[in-house]
Amino acid sequence: MSNHLLSLLIWLPVVGAIPVLLAGSGRPGLARWISLLVAVATFAASLALLPAYDASTGTLQLGESMSWIPSLGINYSLAVDGISVALIILTTFVQILVIVGAWEVIQNKPHQYMAAMLILEGMMIGVFCATDALLFYVFFEAMLIPMFVLIGIWGGPRRVYATLKFFIYTFFGSIFMLIGLIYLYHKTGGSFAIADMANVHLTMTEQSWLFFAFLLGFAIKVPMVPVHTWLPDAHVEAPTGGSVVLAAVMLKIGGYGFLRFSLPITPDASHHFAWLVIVLSLIAVCYIGYVALVQQDMKKLVAYSSIAHMGFVTLGIFIAFLLVRETNNPEAARLGMQGAMVQMISHGFISGAMFSCIGVLYDRMHTRQIKDYGGVINVMPIFAPFYVLFAMANSGLPGTSGFVGEFMVILASFSANPWIALFAAFTLIIGAAYTLWMVKRVLWGDVTNKHVAELTDVNGREIFMLSAFAAGVLILGIWPEPLVHLMDASVARIVEQLAITKV
Amino acid sequence: MSLSLSILLTIALAPLVGSILAGLFGKVIGRAGAHTATLLGVAIACGLSFYVLYQLVWGGAQNFNQDIYTWFQVGQYHASVGFMVDRLTAMMMVVVTFVSLLVHLYTIGYMADDPGYQRFFSYISLFTFSMLMLVMSNNFMQLFFGWEAVGLVSYLLIGFWYKRPTAIFANLKAFLVNRVGDFGFLLGISAILYFMGTLDYQTAFDHAPELVGKTLQITQNHAWDAATVIGILLFIGAMGKSAQVPLHVWLPDSMEGPTPISALIHAATMVTAGIFMVARMSPLFELTDAALSFILVIGSTTALFTGLIGIVQNDIKRVIAYSTLSQLGYMTVALGVSAYSGAVFHLMTHAFFKALLFLGAGSVIIGMHHEQDMRYMGGLRKYMPVTWITMWIGSLALAGTPFFSGFYSKDAIIEAVGESHRWGAGYAYFCVLAGVFVTSLYSFRLLYMTFHGKERFTVAHGHAHHGAHASHDDAHGDTHKEDVHHEPGILEHAPHESPWVVTVPLVLLAIPSILIGFFTVGPMLFGDWFGKAIHVNEANNVLGELAHEFHGALNMAFHGFTAAPFWLAFAGFAVATYVYLFNPSVADKAKSALKPVYELLNHKYWIDELYFAVFAKGGVKLGEGLSKVGDAAIIDGAIVNGSASLVQRIASGTRRLQSGFLFHYAFAMILGLILLLGGYWLIGQ
Repeated sequence: MSNHLLSLLIWLPVVGAIPVLLAGSGRPGLARWISLLVAVATFAASLALLPAYDASTGTLQLGESMSWIPSLGINYSLAVDGISVALIILTTFVQILVIVGAWEVIQNKPHQYMAAMLILEGMMIGVFCATDALLFYVFFEAMLIPMFVLIGIWGGPRRVYATLKFFIYTFFGSIFMLIGLIYLYHKTGGSFAIADMANVHLTMTEQSWLFFAFLLGFAIKVPMVPVHTWLPDAHVEAPTGGSVVLAAVMLKIGGYGFLRFSLPITPDASHHFAWLVIVLSLIAVCYIGYVALVQQDMKKLVAYSSIAHMGFVTLGIFIAFLLVRETNNPEAARLGMQGAMVQMISHGFISGAMFSCIGVLYDRMHTRQIKDYGGVINVMPIFAPFYVLFAMANSGLPGTSGFVGEFMVILASFSANPWIALFAAFTLIIGAAYTLWMVKRVLWGDVTNKHVAELTDVNGREIFMLSAFAAGVLILGIWPEPLVHLMDASVARIVEQLAITKV
Repeated sequence: MSLSLSILLTIALAPLVGSILAGLFGKVIGRAGAHTATLLGVAIACGLSFYVLYQLVWGGAQNFNQDIYTWFQVGQYHASVGFMVDRLTAMMMVVVTFVSLLVHLYTIGYMADDPGYQRFFSYISLFTFSMLMLVMSNNFMQLFFGWEAVGLVSYLLIGFWYKRPTAIFANLKAFLVNRVGDFGFLLGISAILYFMGTLDYQTAFDHAPELVGKTLQITQNHAWDAATVIGILLFIGAMGKSAQVPLHVWLPDSMEGPTPISALIHAATMVTAGIFMVARMSPLFELTDAALSFILVIGSTTALFTGLIGIVQNDIKRVIAYSTLSQLGYMTVALGVSAYSGAVFHLMTHAFFKALLFLGAGSVIIGMHHEQDMRYMGGLRKYMPVTWITMWIGSLALAGTPFFSGFYSKDAIIEAVGESHRWGAGYAYFCVLAGVFVTSLYSFRLLYMTFHGKERFTVAHGHAHHGAHASHDDAHGDTHKEDVHHEPGILEHAPHESPWVVTVPLVLLAIPSILIGFFTVGPMLFGDWFGKAIHVNEANNVLGELAHEFHGALNMAFHGFTAAPFWLAFAGFAVATYVYLFNPSVADKAKSALKPVYELLNHKYWIDELYFAVFAKGGVKLGEGLSKVGDAAIIDGAIVNGSASLVQRIASGTRRLQSGFLFHYAFAMILGLILLLGGYWLIGQ
């Protein structure tokens, strides 16, 4: 089975969704237990990647390939490197917690909710495994459908606006990507294999067009400023589980796309326009930080904070170009790129945890407005330490995962240009300001109203969910080396390729 | 003979274990369990720290420097967790764990009625762990970890009484102001990695001389000296943590926390982390006169101008808080004239006498049933003699009375500044001398207002009202409102001396406050006690110059009686005695005569108001503006929803084309044909 491990990972949750659906709305308990079982099995299978994958070389491994649409040269081909392995395990880990988190919270058609989540999981894993561009594209788009359903059915009052905005925004971006892929298909002489695309010689003009096509597709996904405005709306309207998956995993696909497409296929254009991405990333850190500061809705605040933190991902990826090609410092480039990758995983834990915490509060109070809270610690003394921990992680406190990636990216960007580091490091101040100000207004203080006074503390299921997130945040913060080691060789390979010009 | 890793690990981890036990299992192990577990953990750490110091100084042990585990390894870049223990570290470890141990003991009494008892013990033990990680670190990553971890615990402890609006304002403020410092600090660490390619102390220090002549390109035709950039950026971190002007604003507000942590964190240990850090980095700072001058000016400004504020404060804790700011300024001045061991020496003596003063103030606050305003005190010496005498000892040490520990450290700093020729030394010399008078004035003012003169409070119910006493204490325990529970100046019961768990730490701190300077000044300041831990260039070695004139601690003290600082301190004492002991009306007259000055000091130069208006309110305004204009109006309004409505408008426009009339279609076809042909024709041309 080990030679089909990746296929198993993709299709196990999708196939597992069938019995969940069959359980029907009449047997919600059965649907829940089956989906939990499937999620745990998928997680266990994803852990099998660790021994199976050889982290020392960093190559694409565990490959499987078969012809899918032979007439168009499209293959069902999968393979993973260290970065994909890390992202897949993040996905399967978060998925368990999402299902646990939704357990009795989702009362309306729970079987469909769980099934949509499982299908979504399979599609996301598919994105991380695909080595054929069209297969990647199919998963990339297919992923939107369950998310569209999740927001559209289990979402808040403005869910129709949010879900349309989300869909059209991301679809708009990916259309350009598709055009780019079709162009490349012709250049390669009929192959959609990403590796073939990376080997094609392209002029600077071609690369520039392709770079912007990819940029649109992935920047919207990340999201980068100024194409980020779908995210706060989507988060606000999405059910808790939808927000968790969206923030924890789906945003990472944007960063992952840059690595798989923009960097190897359009290295020279990426270098030429690196400044643009860097400036946009720094705007994300500073500008979005200020916007986050004034949000009244907790979910919106965390959504904006996600945009700011994802700024470190794009920053880390693109300063690598400056470091490799301008300051001739590939070691620092590796550090920055590695920081971006660690930041992706870490943000998965932290944003997932933050949205879960907000979900816990929302389930009890049915409001996410900060002003409706105050003094929650008085009535939820077990919940409060978790909230503080995740808030501190969101503020990048050393010892939590939130610090590791940002630390690496800031260190590396100083080597590229001290001004970049200066703006990036501003997150230390503004990130702490918006997060801890929220903590102050929600958690601290005396009980402000009778609804808060009636709050009950977290139950065992919620404690399990929050503890699992806390474990991820702390372990990664105290000892990031295992994760770093898993990805290091792959990152080194990517950085080596950056130096090779195509024109 | 070398130190063993297992001993050092035990020192660091024992308080962490205590903290976890008290924090996570506080309910299970109960109050006694919580304080036993944490006290034991810190006691182990303290005992072993003394052992380590002993081994290093007398046992002939080698310095320890070893990585424990790899934190990350990316290419050539390496970050690890590890310990570097030399005499500088060992001294800090002893100071931290010793004060922490006494504070743990004291807390048993101070927090006896508080419902958050276990939580408090968990926090202070966690703090001890974090501080030990900071001082024992052998690399910049772990230094930053400890640096921020102590900030976290400080945040949690300032906001310990989270129901109080002032407390949760103060802790947010403290965290954010510290983050401003950390912003610079992190950039400083980045600069070190950039220039040296390492995060390891020893490697960085070994390569420090290579920094000379390197520059950092700031703009196309502008470059800054590398060592100066590194020095100033690292020092910005120290300015946050050690509360130097203009990042000093958080420290007075931190007094919202319970008094034991004011002693431990905001006087003796955490706030001195910046001083320790600069001393630790002396091989780097020695490369840059410019950064040291910057440090000197900042330090001397802090030393004088924050001390002045202390004169007009009425809250007993705030007076001591401003005193702490001022003394931190003295330490910074010492760093600025390359007298690193002088700074560390003052750090040590200050840790003892300032912890003593804070714990004494706490004892007064308990005795006064949670009254902190000195205007409602007076004559307390007969009610609480142990507190009274120990507070006098602490104040005499602080004021720099010869033979007391503070004399040796402060006098050495002042003389070192006098010797220095660094840019800014003249200004600094004025500030530190004037500061002596100021220090003495506010110290004796505090003593007189608290312990001497007439009682300015009345006891409402007399002594034997036990029923009311009990209910009062319970009420206090439930609400923790220290400040609003009674009419000012009216006590329900007479003041009383505190229990032994409170007074024993006072006595144990009073001993080193008197003696430690006398016994250590010779080796620590003028000998080669720190060895290679502190590096001073020969040209900058002001303490080395002073060493020639040093003929023993006794001689130095006698000489002190004839020097300017002593007489300035005496003048402060005399003024305070006249004004606050014999003729209290003078104070009011002076207040109205010097109204503008009084207002300036009373409002702390309006710096808090300025920061709040500019950074807090300004930040929110900016955020609102960006949110409304950038996100809502331009991106969503004009572009996203705009393109949606544009599509709709185009659609409704094009829909009109589908009119159903034949001639419309025919016309359109003809038009199309013309355009098509015309286009071909144009291309043909």
